[in-house]
Amino acid sequence: MASLNVRAALLSVSFLIVALGLWEMATQPPEAQTGLTEYERMMGGVEQESRVPPPSAVLRLAWEELSDPFYDAGANDKGIGIQLAYSVYRVLAGYVAAMAIALPIGFLIGMSPLMYKALNPYIQLLRPISPLAWMPLALFIIQDSDASAIFVIFICSIWPMLLNTAFGVANVRQDWVNVARTHELGPMRTALTVILPAAAPTILTGMRISIGIAWLVIVAAEMLVGGTGIGYYVWNEWNNLDLASVIFSILMIGVVGMLLDLALGKAQKLVEYKE
Amino acid sequence: MSKSILEVDGLSKVYPDGQGGDLTVFEDVRFALEKGEFVCIIGHSGCGKSTILNVLAGLDEASSGNVVMNGKEIKGPGLERGVVFQNYSLFPWKTTLSNITFAVRARWPQWSKEKVREHSESYLKMVGLDHALRRKPSQLSGGMRQRVSIARAFATQPELLLLDEPFGALDALTRGVIQDELVKIWEETRQTVFMITHDVDEAILLSDRIFLMSNGPNARIAESVKVDIPHPRARATIFQNPAYHKTRDYLVDFLVNRSGGALPEEDGSPKFVEPAKGVASPQAAAAESAAKAVNG
Ligand SMILES: Nc1ncnc2c1ncn2[C@@H]1O[C@H](COP(=O)(O)OP(=O)(O)OP(=O)(O)O)[C@@H](O)[C@H]1O
Ligand SMILES: [Mg+2]
Repeated sequence: MASLNVRAALLSVSFLIVALGLWEMATQPPEAQTGLTEYERMMGGVEQESRVPPPSAVLRLAWEELSDPFYDAGANDKGIGIQLAYSVYRVLAGYVAAMAIALPIGFLIGMSPLMYKALNPYIQLLRPISPLAWMPLALFIIQDSDASAIFVIFICSIWPMLLNTAFGVANVRQDWVNVARTHELGPMRTALTVILPAAAPTILTGMRISIGIAWLVIVAAEMLVGGTGIGYYVWNEWNNLDLASVIFSILMIGVVGMLLDLALGKAQKLVEYKE
Repeated sequence: MSKSILEVDGLSKVYPDGQGGDLTVFEDVRFALEKGEFVCIIGHSGCGKSTILNVLAGLDEASSGNVVMNGKEIKGPGLERGVVFQNYSLFPWKTTLSNITFAVRARWPQWSKEKVREHSESYLKMVGLDHALRRKPSQLSGGMRQRVSIARAFATQPELLLLDEPFGALDALTRGVIQDELVKIWEETRQTVFMITHDVDEAILLSDRIFLMSNGPNARIAESVKVDIPHPRARATIFQNPAYHKTRDYLVDFLVNRSGGALPEEDGSPKFVEPAKGVASPQAAAAESAAKAVNG
């Protein structure tokens, strides 16, 4: 009996083969023109371009793109690697800025019921706003499309981090705080050596949610502001009716999103503790 | 009471009873601890033992009364008072060793890294855990965790150690082994200890005096029972001492029959009894002391 992992892997691969096979079959060009409707005959047959490309075409394109991901041949013709790098850069810039604000304020709110009560109404009001709704205002105020995209990432990744930090800090076991108190640790030492490690798993959960949302939002934001980035790339290829490229970049968005999540998952493992 | 390191006077704790009124958990509690003394406090559940201990630790505030240590009123926690909590309260993200070094460094910030480490290791060795330095608390059994917690408290060499049912969550076998270790450590260090327990035998094995608390609400520390058994003591041989049985009978009788309405002296300090001297009840003790007063 093979181990569970081996069997799962075999099953995964067979699902993939079946799905690709069905896709390939469904997208074969029609052999004869006999089955055409009146309308199609008038239009001169099924147009080649408007069909969804078969997986073989996507794979061929993927091979081409990935063998030279960083070429740069002008504004509308850059390698997938460059486009992804732009997006990752924007996500990280907005994300780090959000961290710099969310962690200290989350700490403050978590430690002080007064601050929690004072700030909570604003958080509850701002949190449900779609990050893209900020885009026009950001464009008007910042006057720079790149910085506006970063701002949108900032605003969407701040909330899960802020709320999880506050929750984690507020729920640190009173016993541990008491140990810190009986050892006369100052407020700064207590925050850094007791509260932070105690709340770290909850904080990291918030950070992991944030990076996921940021990666979802960057695609939409780049479709809006244009210029560079994977979101712009997808939209541009759609305008070119290059569906193989669209499908390929969708897959790449998935791959990068998964890698970002994996990285945060690793970090989460590092700070986890068993009681 | 010249060597008292701790004096408690008129201590009471009042909580709202949830129906608009007040609930006085305990009131007018008065006692003193001598330097180097091991004192246990026994009383029925809910009478306020933990609350008293937390007030002494500075983690809780009394509704009235004051606690004076070495002539200074206690206002908040301090390193001169070490606490062992019932649920160990080790930091689960730290190893056994760094759970101790953190405390030692807090106590002596000027010490070098090596000295802190050496000192911490010696206390872990004292509780027989020098083989588990690198393990996290989650990888230790309940008994081992409580040993670490005891080592942490002793390692900071506080003037007063406060233990809240330190063995409450342990099985009888483990409990016995750690009691022996505690006896051994205490014989070496002779620190002043104030400990809560529900276990009469444990109290006799460890204490010089045992405080008996009446039932709440309005609980009092009614009596202070002397345990007249010489140190060093051992769990295996303490039964052979006749004073052991007299003391035990006295304590059980209090807990079963008298804890309801027992009262301390007029001034609020606990009645001092010595069961080993054959004084069977505080009434007799009162009669004796009255007789003494009359005689001169
Ligand atoms: N926050 C609170 N509000 C109201 N009553 C409280 C509060 N905390 C404790 N009490 C009451 O104070 C009393 C004393 O509690 P405490 O924990 O000191 O008892 P204890 O003697 O340590 O009991 P045990 O032996 O079960 O540990 C209890 O009756 C409890 O109901
Ligand atoms: Mg208690």
